[in-house]
Amino acid sequence: MQITLNNRKEEFDRSTMTVRELLDEKNFTFKMLVVKINGQLVRKEDYEKAVISEGDDVSVIHLISGG
Amino acid sequence: MQKKSFEEIRTILACKTVGIAGAGGLGSNCAVALARVGMGRIITADFDTVSESNLNRQYFFKDQVGMKKVLALKENIARINPEVMVEAFDIKLDPLNIPQIFGDCDVIVEAFDLAAMKLMIAETVLERMPGRILVMGSGVAGYGNNDAIKTVKSGNIFICGDQENETGENLPPLAPRVGIVAGMQANLVMEILLG
Repeated sequence: MQITLNNRKEEFDRSTMTVRELLDEKNFTFKMLVVKINGQLVRKEDYEKAVISEGDDVSVIHLISGG
Repeated sequence: MQKKSFEEIRTILACKTVGIAGAGGLGSNCAVALARVGMGRIITADFDTVSESNLNRQYFFKDQVGMKKVLALKENIARINPEVMVEAFDIKLDPLNIPQIFGDCDVIVEAFDLAAMKLMIAETVLERMPGRILVMGSGVAGYGNNDAIKTVKSGNIFICGDQENETGENLPPLAPRVGIVAGMQANLVMEILLG
Protein backbone atom coordinates (compact mmCIF):
# COMPACT_ATOMS: atom_id res chain seq x y z
CA MET A 1 0.00 0.00 0.00
CA GLN A 2 0.98 3.60 -0.40
CA ILE A 3 0.34 6.13 2.37
CA THR A 4 1.40 9.68 3.09
CA LEU A 5 3.60 9.87 6.17
CA ASN A 6 4.50 13.37 7.37
CA ASN A 7 3.70 14.83 3.95
CA ARG A 8 5.82 12.23 2.10
CA LYS A 9 4.69 9.20 0.09
CA GLU A 10 5.72 5.87 1.62
CA GLU A 11 5.31 2.32 0.27
CA PHE A 12 4.74 -0.75 2.44
CA ASP A 13 4.52 -4.34 1.21
CA ARG A 14 1.26 -5.13 2.98
CA SER A 15 -2.32 -3.96 2.68
CA THR A 16 -2.84 -2.64 6.22
CA MET A 17 -0.81 -2.06 9.35
CA THR A 18 -1.43 -0.82 12.87
CA VAL A 19 0.01 2.42 14.18
CA ARG A 20 2.29 0.36 16.44
CA GLU A 21 3.67 -1.56 13.44
CA LEU A 22 4.30 1.69 11.58
CA LEU A 23 6.11 3.25 14.55
CA ASP A 24 8.29 0.13 14.97
CA GLU A 25 9.08 -0.13 11.29
CA LYS A 26 9.98 3.54 10.93
CA ASN A 27 11.91 3.60 14.22
CA PHE A 28 9.92 6.31 15.95
CA THR A 29 11.53 5.80 19.33
CA PHE A 30 10.52 8.98 21.14
CA LYS A 31 8.01 8.38 23.90
CA MET A 32 5.81 11.41 23.35
CA LEU A 33 4.20 11.32 19.94
CA VAL A 34 1.17 12.94 18.41
CA VAL A 35 -0.18 10.45 15.86
CA LYS A 36 -2.96 11.39 13.47
CA ILE A 37 -4.62 9.33 10.74
CA ASN A 38 -6.42 11.56 8.25
CA GLY A 39 -6.42 14.33 10.84
CA GLN A 40 -7.95 12.16 13.57
CA LEU A 41 -5.89 11.85 16.77
CA VAL A 42 -4.85 8.32 17.76
CA ARG A 43 -4.07 8.04 21.46
CA LYS A 44 -1.20 5.90 22.74
CA GLU A 45 -3.58 3.28 24.18
CA ASP A 46 -5.01 2.76 20.69
CA TYR A 47 -1.72 2.28 18.78
CA GLU A 48 -2.23 -1.53 18.65
CA LYS A 49 -5.82 -1.17 17.44
CA ALA A 50 -5.70 1.73 15.00
CA VAL A 51 -5.34 0.50 11.43
CA ILE A 52 -3.65 2.35 8.59
CA SER A 53 -4.66 1.45 5.04
CA GLU A 54 -4.09 2.46 1.42
CA GLY A 55 -4.15 6.19 0.81
CA ASP A 56 -4.21 7.25 4.45
CA ASP A 57 -2.60 10.52 5.46
CA VAL A 58 -0.59 9.79 8.60
CA SER A 59 1.19 12.35 10.72
CA VAL A 60 3.64 11.48 13.51
CA ILE A 61 5.05 14.38 15.51
CA HIS A 62 7.85 13.98 18.08
CA LEU A 63 7.46 16.01 21.21
CA ILE A 64 10.72 16.66 23.00
CA SER A 65 11.31 18.23 26.40
CA GLY A 66 12.86 21.68 26.53
CA GLY A 67 11.50 25.16 26.60
CA MET B 1 6.40 38.08 1.97
CA GLN B 2 3.21 40.04 2.66
CA LYS B 3 3.92 43.76 2.96
CA LYS B 4 2.23 45.91 5.58
CA SER B 5 3.32 49.01 7.45
CA PHE B 6 3.85 48.70 11.20
CA GLU B 7 0.75 50.88 11.65
CA GLU B 8 -1.35 48.39 9.66
CA ILE B 9 0.17 45.47 11.55
CA ARG B 10 -0.51 47.06 14.93
CA THR B 11 -4.07 47.92 13.98
CA ILE B 12 -4.88 44.33 13.05
CA LEU B 13 -3.07 42.73 15.98
CA ALA B 14 -4.71 45.12 18.47
CA CYS B 15 -7.99 43.21 17.94
CA LYS B 16 -6.42 39.77 18.41
CA THR B 17 -5.93 37.45 21.36
CA VAL B 18 -3.15 34.92 21.72
CA GLY B 19 -3.00 32.27 24.44
CA ILE B 20 0.42 31.19 25.64
CA ALA B 21 0.57 27.96 27.63
CA GLY B 22 3.64 28.21 29.83
CA ALA B 23 5.67 31.27 30.83
CA GLY B 24 9.18 29.82 30.76
CA GLY B 25 11.83 30.03 28.06
CA LEU B 26 9.51 29.79 25.09
CA GLY B 27 6.49 31.48 26.67
CA SER B 28 8.15 34.54 28.18
CA ASN B 29 10.18 35.32 25.05
CA CYS B 30 7.29 34.68 22.67
CA ALA B 31 4.96 36.87 24.77
CA VAL B 32 7.43 39.74 24.86
CA ALA B 33 7.95 39.59 21.08
CA LEU B 34 4.20 39.66 20.48
CA ALA B 35 3.74 42.47 23.01
CA ARG B 36 6.33 44.58 21.20
CA VAL B 37 4.48 44.30 17.88
CA GLY B 38 1.17 45.30 19.46
CA MET B 39 -0.80 42.14 20.21
CA GLY B 40 -4.10 43.26 21.72
CA ARG B 41 -4.50 40.63 24.39
CA ILE B 42 -2.16 37.94 25.73
CA ILE B 43 -3.45 35.18 28.00
CA THR B 44 -0.60 33.55 29.88
CA ALA B 45 -0.78 30.56 32.23
CA ASP B 46 1.92 28.91 34.36
CA PHE B 47 2.16 27.73 37.98
CA ASP B 48 5.91 28.19 38.41
CA THR B 49 8.01 30.87 40.10
CA VAL B 50 11.09 32.58 38.66
CA SER B 51 14.32 30.93 39.79
CA GLU B 52 17.98 31.81 39.37
CA SER B 53 18.46 28.95 36.89
CA ASN B 54 15.79 30.40 34.58
CA LEU B 55 17.78 33.54 33.87
CA ASN B 56 19.96 31.86 31.21
CA ARG B 57 17.02 31.98 28.79
CA GLN B 58 13.78 33.31 30.24
CA TYR B 59 12.62 36.92 29.95
CA PHE B 60 12.91 37.72 33.65
CA PHE B 61 15.29 39.75 35.76
CA LYS B 62 17.42 38.90 38.77
CA ASP B 63 15.25 41.00 41.07
CA GLN B 64 12.21 38.94 39.99
CA VAL B 65 13.57 35.65 41.38
CA GLY B 66 10.86 34.19 43.63
CA MET B 67 7.99 35.94 41.85
CA LYS B 68 5.23 34.00 40.10
CA LYS B 69 6.27 33.81 36.44
CA VAL B 70 2.94 35.00 35.05
CA LEU B 71 3.00 38.08 37.32
CA ALA B 72 6.63 38.86 36.50
CA LEU B 73 5.83 38.51 32.79
CA LYS B 74 2.80 40.76 33.10
CA GLU B 75 4.98 43.35 34.84
CA ASN B 76 7.66 43.14 32.13
CA ILE B 77 5.16 43.45 29.29
CA ALA B 78 3.60 46.49 30.99
CA ARG B 79 7.03 48.13 31.00
CA ILE B 80 7.49 47.41 27.27
CA ASN B 81 4.00 48.06 25.92
CA PRO B 82 1.35 49.02 28.46
CA GLU B 83 -1.37 48.89 25.78
CA VAL B 84 -1.28 45.08 25.72
CA MET B 85 -3.96 43.53 27.89
CA VAL B 86 -2.32 40.67 29.79
CA GLU B 87 -4.42 38.09 31.59
CA ALA B 88 -2.26 36.04 33.90
CA PHE B 89 -3.38 32.66 35.23
CA ASP B 90 -1.27 31.23 38.06
CA ILE B 91 -2.46 27.68 37.43
CA LYS B 92 -1.31 24.26 36.29
CA LEU B 93 -2.93 23.69 32.91
CA ASP B 94 -4.86 20.48 32.26
CA PRO B 95 -7.36 19.10 29.73
CA LEU B 96 -10.26 20.65 31.64
CA ASN B 97 -9.03 24.19 32.19
CA ILE B 98 -7.27 24.67 28.82
CA PRO B 99 -10.56 25.05 26.85
CA GLN B 100 -11.85 27.48 29.49
CA ILE B 101 -8.74 29.65 29.75
CA PHE B 102 -7.87 29.68 26.04
CA GLY B 103 -11.41 29.32 24.67
CA ASP B 104 -11.56 32.68 22.89
CA CYS B 105 -7.95 32.83 21.68
CA ASP B 106 -7.32 33.29 17.96
CA VAL B 107 -4.17 31.17 18.24
CA ILE B 108 -2.65 29.11 21.06
CA VAL B 109 1.09 28.85 21.62
CA GLU B 110 2.40 25.76 23.41
CA ALA B 111 5.35 26.84 25.52
CA PHE B 112 5.83 24.07 28.08
CA ASP B 113 9.15 22.47 28.90
CA LEU B 114 8.08 18.85 29.46
CA ALA B 115 7.21 16.63 26.49
CA ALA B 116 4.36 15.03 28.46
CA MET B 117 2.73 18.46 28.87
CA LYS B 118 3.26 19.22 25.17
CA LEU B 119 1.45 15.99 24.33
CA MET B 120 -1.33 16.83 26.79
CA ILE B 121 -2.11 20.19 25.19
CA ALA B 122 -1.87 18.78 21.65
CA GLU B 123 -4.40 16.07 22.55
CA THR B 124 -6.61 18.58 24.35
CA VAL B 125 -6.70 21.02 21.44
CA LEU B 126 -7.27 18.26 18.86
CA GLU B 127 -10.07 16.63 20.85
CA ARG B 128 -11.72 19.48 22.73
CA MET B 129 -10.98 22.55 20.59
CA PRO B 130 -11.24 21.23 17.03
CA GLY B 131 -10.02 23.61 14.34
CA ARG B 132 -8.04 25.80 16.75
CA ILE B 133 -4.50 26.56 15.65
CA LEU B 134 -1.74 25.40 18.00
CA VAL B 135 1.85 26.59 17.56
CA MET B 136 4.22 24.25 19.37
CA GLY B 137 7.93 24.17 20.21
CA SER B 138 9.85 20.90 20.09
CA GLY B 139 13.63 20.52 20.12
CA VAL B 140 15.35 23.62 21.52
CA ALA B 141 18.21 22.33 23.68
CA GLY B 142 21.92 22.96 23.26
CA TYR B 143 23.68 25.53 21.10
CA GLY B 144 24.72 25.94 17.49
CA ASN B 145 23.26 24.17 14.45
CA ASN B 146 21.00 27.06 13.43
CA ASP B 147 19.92 25.41 10.20
CA ALA B 148 18.40 22.39 11.93
CA ILE B 149 15.66 24.59 13.39
CA LYS B 150 12.56 24.61 11.23
CA THR B 151 8.76 24.66 11.21
CA VAL B 152 6.62 21.69 10.23
CA LYS B 153 2.86 21.70 9.80
CA SER B 154 0.34 18.97 10.48
CA GLY B 155 -3.23 20.15 10.00
CA ASN B 156 -3.88 22.87 12.57
CA ILE B 157 -0.69 22.12 14.48
CA PHE B 158 2.61 23.82 13.69
CA ILE B 159 5.84 22.66 15.33
CA CYS B 160 8.89 24.90 15.58
CA GLY B 161 12.26 23.48 16.62
CA ASP B 162 14.77 20.84 15.52
CA GLN B 163 12.51 17.95 16.64
CA GLU B 164 15.63 16.20 17.86
CA ASN B 165 17.56 17.73 20.75
CA GLU B 166 15.97 16.99 24.10
CA THR B 167 17.00 18.84 27.25
CA GLY B 168 19.42 16.85 29.39
CA GLU B 169 22.35 17.16 31.79
CA ASN B 170 24.73 17.98 28.93
CA LEU B 171 22.17 19.61 26.69
CA PRO B 172 20.74 22.58 28.56
CA PRO B 173 18.13 24.87 27.04
CA LEU B 174 19.84 28.26 26.56
CA ALA B 175 18.83 31.77 25.53
CA PRO B 176 19.94 31.76 21.88
CA ARG B 177 18.26 28.57 20.67
CA VAL B 178 15.22 28.87 22.95
CA GLY B 179 14.94 32.50 21.82
CA ILE B 180 15.11 31.50 18.16
CA VAL B 181 12.26 29.02 18.58
CA ALA B 182 10.20 31.45 20.67
CA GLY B 183 10.78 34.04 17.95
CA MET B 184 9.71 31.56 15.28
CA GLN B 185 6.53 30.85 17.24
CA ALA B 186 5.78 34.58 17.53
CA ASN B 187 6.59 35.08 13.84
CA LEU B 188 4.22 32.27 12.89
CA VAL B 189 1.47 33.73 15.09
CA MET B 190 1.83 37.01 13.19
CA GLU B 191 1.70 35.21 9.85
CA ILE B 192 -1.46 33.36 10.90
CA LEU B 193 -3.17 36.48 12.23
CA LEU B 194 -2.11 38.91 9.53
CA GLY B 195 -2.32 36.61 6.51
